[in-house]
Amino acid sequence: MKQRIRLATAWLSGCSGCHMGLLNLHAGLLELFERCDLVYSPLADIKQYPHGVDLCLVEGAVGSGDNREMAEVIRERTAFVVSLGDCAVNGNVAALRNPRGKAATLNRVYPQPGGFTPDVPALGEIVLPLHHVIAVDAFIPGCPPAPDAIGQAIQRFVTRM
Amino acid sequence: MPRLTLTIDGRAVRAGRGQTILQAARSHGIAIPTLCNLEGLTPLGGCRVCIVEVEGRPRPVPSCTTRAEQGMVVTTDSERLAAARRMIVELLLAERNHTCAVCVMNGNCELQTLATYLGIDHVRYGFISPLASVDISHERFGMDHNRCILCRRCVRVCNEIEGAHTWDVGGRGAASRIISDLAEPWGESATCTGCGKCVQACPTGALFEKGAVATRKGTICLERLVEWRKRGEP
Repeated sequence: MKQRIRLATAWLSGCSGCHMGLLNLHAGLLELFERCDLVYSPLADIKQYPHGVDLCLVEGAVGSGDNREMAEVIRERTAFVVSLGDCAVNGNVAALRNPRGKAATLNRVYPQPGGFTPDVPALGEIVLPLHHVIAVDAFIPGCPPAPDAIGQAIQRFVTRM
Repeated sequence: MPRLTLTIDGRAVRAGRGQTILQAARSHGIAIPTLCNLEGLTPLGGCRVCIVEVEGRPRPVPSCTTRAEQGMVVTTDSERLAAARRMIVELLLAERNHTCAVCVMNGNCELQTLATYLGIDHVRYGFISPLASVDISHERFGMDHNRCILCRRCVRVCNEIEGAHTWDVGGRGAASRIISDLAEPWGESATCTGCGKCVQACPTGALFEKGAVATRKGTICLERLVEWRKRGEP
C-alpha cells in the first residue's frame, strides 16, 4: 500500500479561476484522489490549515496582511509549496493596483466615504508574488493554468513520493 | 562569395566578409534566440538576448552586431549563456507592467514566447511597477508604455524604412520612454504617415491596432521590402 499524499489548496488574492482550472480536470480528479487526501481547501469545509501537509497549491498573490499570515502558515506546515497561476507567480491582475498605489486604488473603487469599512482584511501597500514572501518550490503559470498542467504537476509529485 | 571560415558550436561555417555571427549562424541553420533584432533593420545590440561566447574573449558578445572573423570559435549555447539570457528577460519582465492576462498580444507576443522558450516560469527580481501611460490619441493605433521593452524596432522601422522618423527615445535609463516627435501625443504627430510599420515591427503589445479585431503582427516582410527599396522597385 503506497502512502497517500496530504494535498491542500489555498486561495489568497485571486479570482478562484485557478481552482476552476483544477476542477476542470473533470474525471482526472477521481484518478487524482485515488492517491491524495484533500486536507485543506476553499473547495472543502475545513477551518484550520493542518500540520504535516505534503503538497499545497496556492492560488493568488499576497495582497493583504491576512494573505501574508496565511502564506507563512502554509510554508511552516507544508513540505512542497506550489504557486498556482499568474497571480501567485507574478501578481498579475491582483497587482494591477501597484503602479497607482493603495490609497488611489481605494479612492477609485470606494469614492464615497463609508463605502469601505475597516472590518475587512487591510490591504497591503503593494501586491507581491508568493515567492517574494515565502520560499516556493515550483511554479505553474497561466491565467488560469491549463488543467493538464495542474494534473501533470500533481501527478509528478505523487509518483515521486 | 564566402571569404572566411569560422567554427560555430563545433561546426565549420562559411561567411561573407561583413556578415555578423548571427547571420552566419542562421544561414547554416543554427538558431540563436533574439529579441530586438528584426531582419531588414540595422542591428542594434540592445537587448543582449543573442549573446554568444567567442573563444579568447572574456565576456559574451551580441551576435547580431559582432562581425564574423576568420578562425573565430563561437559557442551559441552554454549554461552560462542560458543563465544570462534568463536573467536578461526576467529583468525586462520586472521593468514594466507585463500583465499577460490583460494584454492584447497575449499568446502572440515575442517576449512571452521567448520567456517560455527560456523556461522562465517566474521572475526572481522585484517588480518595479512603474506608472506608465497609454497613448491612444492616434486614430488607428495605440501605444502602451506598460508593455514596451525599448527594443527600438519601431524607431528603426520608422526611420529606415518609412523614412518618417516619428519615433525616438526620450529620457534616460529606466525612465526612458519611446516618444513621437518631440514627446507629443501620437495623434498630433506632424510626421507620422499612419503606415503602421511600427505596429508590425513591435514584438510585444506596446504598439497595437485599435478596434475589436485582434492585432495581427508580422504581416509585412521587412526583409523583402528593404531589398525592393534598394533595387529601386515600386
